Amino acid sequence: MKKDVLLGDEAVALAAFQAGLTAAFSYPGTPASEIMEYLIRLARSEGGFKAAWCVNEKVAYEEALGVSFAGQRALVSMKHVGLNVAADPFMNSALTKIIGGLVVVVADDPSMHSSQNEQDSRYYAHFARIFCLEPSNHQETYEMTRQAFDLSEKYHLPVLLRLVTRLSHSRSEVISRDKRAPNPLQRGEWSDWTLLPANARRRFTELLNIQKDLLEESERSPFNRLSLSSSNSRLGIIASGIGYNYVLENINSLDHQPSVLKISTYPLPFNLIRQLVEAVEEILIVEEGYPFIEERLRGLFGLPGKKIRGKLSGDLPLTGELTPDTVRTALGLEPFSHHELKDKHLASRPPQLCQGCPHHDTFIALKEVLKDYPQATVFSDIGCYTLGALPPLSAIDTCVCMGASVSMAKGGAEAGIFPSIAVIGDSTFTHSGMTPLLDAATANVNMTVIIVDNAVVAMTGGQPTYATGDRLVQICAGLGVAKEHIRQIVPLPKNKEKNMAVMREEIEYPGTSVIISTRECIQEVKKRAKRR
Amino acid sequence: MKQDIILAGVGGQGILSIAFVLDIAALREGLQFKQAEVHGMAQRGGAVQSHLRLADDKIYSDLIPRGQADIILGVEPLETIRYLDYLHPQGIIVSSRNPYINIPDYPPLEKILATISQFPRVKLIDSLSLARQAGSLLTQNMVLLGAASPYLIIGEIHLKEAINQLFAAKGEGIVAMNIKAFELGREIVGQDD
Ligand SMILES: Cc1ncc(C[n+]2csc(CCOP(=O)(O)OP(=O)(O)O)c2C)c(N)n1
Ligand code: SF4
Repeated sequence: MKKDVLLGDEAVALAAFQAGLTAAFSYPGTPASEIMEYLIRLARSEGGFKAAWCVNEKVAYEEALGVSFAGQRALVSMKHVGLNVAADPFMNSALTKIIGGLVVVVADDPSMHSSQNEQDSRYYAHFARIFCLEPSNHQETYEMTRQAFDLSEKYHLPVLLRLVTRLSHSRSEVISRDKRAPNPLQRGEWSDWTLLPANARRRFTELLNIQKDLLEESERSPFNRLSLSSSNSRLGIIASGIGYNYVLENINSLDHQPSVLKISTYPLPFNLIRQLVEAVEEILIVEEGYPFIEERLRGLFGLPGKKIRGKLSGDLPLTGELTPDTVRTALGLEPFSHHELKDKHLASRPPQLCQGCPHHDTFIALKEVLKDYPQATVFSDIGCYTLGALPPLSAIDTCVCMGASVSMAKGGAEAGIFPSIAVIGDSTFTHSGMTPLLDAATANVNMTVIIVDNAVVAMTGGQPTYATGDRLVQICAGLGVAKEHIRQIVPLPKNKEKNMAVMREEIEYPGTSVIISTRECIQEVKKRAKRR
Repeated sequence: MKQDIILAGVGGQGILSIAFVLDIAALREGLQFKQAEVHGMAQRGGAVQSHLRLADDKIYSDLIPRGQADIILGVEPLETIRYLDYLHPQGIIVSSRNPYINIPDYPPLEKILATISQFPRVKLIDSLSLARQAGSLLTQNMVLLGAASPYLIIGEIHLKEAINQLFAAKGEGIVAMNIKAFELGREIVGQDD
């Protein structure tokens, strides 16, 4: 037994290592990145397992799946939208016969602190019909991660561990246990892993048959807790994940203690819920994310004779993360007396491109060139350069999901937009920009892709990138972009005129062109100087 | 016994270093703690804030309820006033009076300082000159931690040990400078309440 101060993310990493991990894979994304960062540090200091960043979440997932096929334990971690990218292997791996424990850690970002949406990964676990664990604190995060490996090996299914930002990025003490050895090599059977229709149908039936066992597992999970109140037959609370903390934070202020059911496992523990529902008249559901439990409890017609309160009833907000204050109000308690901020429109301080950022110079040149083209559209992507959307630059028109800049620019060009420009980072390009560029180059669509290459995954804290500079040139050439229309520039103030000329030429070229704008991220330059 | 602290500042001002020192010191003091911090997007020159909760008993929520913060520790005055709704009516504000201006619509400083000063327990610190005195403008965070330290439920010794631990890898000179900054901040507020 050892005590450490850890982020929620780090508690996952430590537990996975101690559960006898063979390999872990990930693609960066807030708030999940610290899982892999910690694992990489552990792999260096302790050894005995592999931990690696991958080119995207789908690849990371499939690499983990390969480890599981070989009978060994694997972890794959990502932010919530990463699971959209990995959804194909995720859904299909539920039909394989997992051998080595496969744990999928997904960190949701309610309130969209650093994300495009606030999707709730519990729906994915439900969709794939696999087991899902949702911890409420650091120690539980540790324990559940370890248990997730055991459950995965017991039921031969991947297990999803759902985190949220406030747990991922909160620091507290964690008590850890001894490490166990990794599994020996053992290959999966052809019939369990080759999802030809005949095998897949049999495997799907197997998955359906095992649902009752998953339900039983959930019913007796030590992480779910029902406390029925003898003094209050009116109110019962169902709280999941960190929602449970906000309930406990406030519950002592109530005159009569309500019954409380803490839920941390899915499929939903049916009998526990029934016991609570039968004991009370009114049920308040406190869950972080979408109203997943509430929707199920309501069904289409509600529960006769019972009042159900939660996000759908308006007692708690449908968007954004829960807070101790919103839960307090939902419990019918007066807010604590506090100072009301008079100036509701206090000057905000949004994140900005750093002083001297290479992206800034690319945007300054591009904006000036595009002044001459009234229809010019800059389809952009996700990374530090997305900050170019904000004034004073206001240089981009779209940002939807990783890689969409290139595909949307092709669609836009085909719909008649000229010039149709894609601006995409080096890491985002190798994540999902290469395949649409193959599409565009093959049809030689009239568009220009600008790869803003800062040689690092900057937005998420400086993880290594896969291709920079000349390697990007080779990739674009390999994808079929004409060599003379793959141009390299260095985004510096002194090169502005030169760079603008290159941009003009490539915009005027009536086919697919690529401009690779390469200069290292200032933060990386600083980090290197410090290390020296 | 419990103490809830909001840490506020701008990305790059060392908010998470203050949090780290408080976490380590709390452990040494035998306290439990939870500390929610902001990573990612908000760190690039944007507003950064951390909720830090200390107690000798179990802590549930990672976030501090509005009106319950015992201390607001602001390394920048505009960032301090962003979280005034979290302050307990008897809570104390320890804030830098030196603005960090990286936005075009930064409000008039006098107005910001006046807003802070209307609260009953306020320590406005010229952290910039104290940090300069300590040897580096980067130590403003430790000046403010020092200024807040008399009000913490963590002993001075444990705080200093934690500062040592945080900066040890960067060499003795850096440790000494940060300890100096801490002491300058602690001296300036005195022990008057
Ligand atoms: C599917 C998906 N995975 C991960 C992320 C998180 N994410 C946002 S930006 C980014 C990295 C961008 O790197 P790059 O394209 O090199 O741009 P830079 O930030 O370096 O400018 C990542 C990983 C995301 N938004 N969506
Ligand atoms: S971290 Fe790097 S890429 Fe991001 S804004 Fe700063 S300099 Fe630019």
